[in-house]
Amino acid sequence: MILSSLFALLFLFAVAVLVLGTAYKIKQYINVPAPLKIPTTPAPTTKSGVVWRLFREVVFFESLFKSTKWTWIFSWIFHMSMFVVLARHIRYFNEPVWSWVALIQPFGIYAGFTMIIGMLGLLARRIFVDRVKYISSPSDYIMLLLILSIGATGLLMKFVEHTDIVTFKAFIQGIITFNWQPLPTDPLLLVHLMLVIILMIIFPFSKLLHAPGIFFSPTRNQVDNPREQRHIAKWAEKFETSDGQ
Amino acid sequence: MAKVEFDVPEIKEFVEVPKIKDGAMAHSSPFVAKPDHQKALGFPGELVENWEDVAIGKMGDLLGKYRSFRVFLDICVKCGACTDKCHYYLGTSDPKNMPVARQDLLRRVYRRYFTLAGKWFPKLVGAVDLNKEVLDEWYTYYHQCSQCRRCSVFCPYGIDTAEISMAAREILDSVGVGQKYCNEIIGKVYKIGNNLGLPEPALLDTLEGLEEDIEDETGVTVKLPLDQEGADILLVTPSADFFAEPHVDGLMGYAKVFHAAGASWTLSSYASEAGNFGMFIGSYQNMREISQRIRKAALDLGVKRIVFGECGHAWRIAYSFLNTLAGPFDFLDKNYPVPQHICEYTYDLIQKGAIKLDKEANDDMVVTYHDSCNVARATRMGDKPGGQFSIPREVIKASCNHFYDMKRDTIHEETFCCGGGGGLLTDDLLELRVKGAYPRMDALRKVVEEHGVTHMAAICAICKSQFSKVYPYYGFTLDQIVSLHQLVSNAIVLKDEQ
Ligand code: HEM
Ligand code: HEM
Ligand code: SF4
Ligand code: SF4
Repeated sequence: MILSSLFALLFLFAVAVLVLGTAYKIKQYINVPAPLKIPTTPAPTTKSGVVWRLFREVVFFESLFKSTKWTWIFSWIFHMSMFVVLARHIRYFNEPVWSWVALIQPFGIYAGFTMIIGMLGLLARRIFVDRVKYISSPSDYIMLLLILSIGATGLLMKFVEHTDIVTFKAFIQGIITFNWQPLPTDPLLLVHLMLVIILMIIFPFSKLLHAPGIFFSPTRNQVDNPREQRHIAKWAEKFETSDGQ
Repeated sequence: MAKVEFDVPEIKEFVEVPKIKDGAMAHSSPFVAKPDHQKALGFPGELVENWEDVAIGKMGDLLGKYRSFRVFLDICVKCGACTDKCHYYLGTSDPKNMPVARQDLLRRVYRRYFTLAGKWFPKLVGAVDLNKEVLDEWYTYYHQCSQCRRCSVFCPYGIDTAEISMAAREILDSVGVGQKYCNEIIGKVYKIGNNLGLPEPALLDTLEGLEEDIEDETGVTVKLPLDQEGADILLVTPSADFFAEPHVDGLMGYAKVFHAAGASWTLSSYASEAGNFGMFIGSYQNMREISQRIRKAALDLGVKRIVFGECGHAWRIAYSFLNTLAGPFDFLDKNYPVPQHICEYTYDLIQKGAIKLDKEANDDMVVTYHDSCNVARATRMGDKPGGQFSIPREVIKASCNHFYDMKRDTIHEETFCCGGGGGLLTDDLLELRVKGAYPRMDALRKVVEEHGVTHMAAICAICKSQFSKVYPYYGFTLDQIVSLHQLVSNAIVLKDEQ
């Protein structure tokens, strides 16, 4: 029971760090003004055009596709698989399980494998391409290894050492309803959970901020209309009055 | 100046992405600004005593002022997509010229002082303390970036190394180590009105000379008015246009277009410069002050429209920033965009059939077109995205019979920088300029071989000057770079209005 409580507490802590930390960063991004119009052109001339541009970046990784096909294919497989895997995980958290979550369950299993393939490709690139190796810090490898290990332990649970999903779901539900239940003590599950907790905690302090950050990138989210609309930042307004213009 | 010894990159069948050669360009730094040049712009004259604190303070200040800076420093995932996109990396093999590595020079320090991860686990995330070595490296490598934004096209998050370079240069200026070339030039604008330091009498003289040249050549009297109050159009053009080939040929082209259209126009001696090096050093204030000169000239002369001549970064500031820095322009004619590019202006006239062009006048040339970085990736022409690519090409095609584009991945938004943009057009960086021109020279070589191209047209004063300088290193001749409006100038049919 001590272990269960510890994990429950850690889990809650990690979720809090993830949510509050990311919210703090997003608030920071919102509050820092973009004083000049700097979209990378050709850029959309309307708001809806910008929404479409960002949609293409987030869903298809359009710029990455233009840039390098190998990185794109591995990265896209990795991310899309990860989203399917995460969607599949929703079943632990909601009761009754939404029908679309139930529907994707079978795909989720394949997604676990493709996610790993994608990451191995990215890791290989990082190790073998001299340019990418040059720009990598230890944290860049560790990040990949961390998510790889999460995926590997997950798959092992699924296919080799099954864990007691019913008890586990009760544990998760218990956390949500503040009515703590015991956690199955399979080592794989504990490792999987521990790594996920670490991932959630480092999210707002690491390059994983790219997920929210992309929406705030001025070169991608600005409308190309500087001649039509005057755009001025708060901090730049003080110059306006000082010379009487 | 002693002749610089270095190897010019060899043109190969394909542009190869080179293996990294650590430190290959570590020796290339531009001259440092003298105390006078620094002080004229409100920067300390030399390295201040507590420069570490000042630099970190400035970094913090910029983090609160520029969302681009803040977000870009946080979100790079080191995916490497940008690593083979910079012409300086392709030309020099120096890994610190890979855009992400260039950003990292600053990002490391950002992480150390502004993020928990860097404060607690510096080794893990590659964070370093700011010391003199780091500062010197900033000076070296942030002056090997032409702020061309090619990297930002390919980065999955649009991270624009130009923004980081500008911030870095502003930090460097704030601790007292500015770049001589840029800061000296900005000083000249404040004192005299233009980058080249041409005073009003010299301008008048030049313009009169050009009027005579046009008259000798065509038999038609075409005026190049200066400071004419009550004119409809204020033309703001880079001062290189008053100075040297092939720039002046472009200026004569604009004059002929205005003449043929029957437009009333003027140049201004007070705002005799379209260029604005305030952008290169990342200084909002300097950029604004220089822009205000254009507003003042427009008000003083009582014009109704503003048109910009051929200049890349000037068009960026004009198109993207002028309204912010010197607007609102509600005193100008609302039927026209403010400001307009000379290519938009000429293109409109062609569309309306208001000017006549005789393409055969350029039959001795086979032309290609160099998209200038700032025009291509930071501005627009016309009302549709991509007008910055199609409008200049339409004007060229209306002026000459033989036009071929270079390879698709070297034009439009993927265009390669000339190698001399962003405040690097100075002889103390000649090696860098020659090497940085390599991808463009390679693409040009290919259209020369395939289509017999003889001339490359450009709409940027820096590009034109840079190509005139580096062409010989690649086996081309100086006269093979032309102004776009030089083609118009050759082709336009003038009638004497008197
Ligand atoms: C919210 C925290 C998480 C919990 C509670 C959790 C729990 C679990 C459990 C209990 C399994 C076993 C499934 C089975 O045996 O049928 C599993 C599998 C798996 N987990 Fe997680 N996990 C979490 C987060 C993640 C994350 C963030 C990733 C990836 C980045 C991930 C990737 C996987 C994979 C690939 C599998 C195997 C395939 C599958 O069953 O979908 N998990 N996870
Ligand atoms: C809006 C959602 C997201 C978008 C658009 C996005 C996009 C991208 C792109 C374009 C890359 C660069 C290519 C690459 O190196 O793989 C990347 C890298 C990466 N992303 Fe995401 N991502 C998103 C969310 C996430 C999330 C939620 C995670 C993990 C929890 C994640 C983890 C990673 C990691 C670890 C890398 C680096 C891979 C490497 O080392 O090469 N991403 N992402
Ligand atoms: S802005 Fe241009 S010069 Fe600077 S790093 Fe990017 S590609 Fe290179
Ligand atoms: S492409 Fe963008 S995210 Fe990828 S390494 Fe370069 S700057 Fe970083």
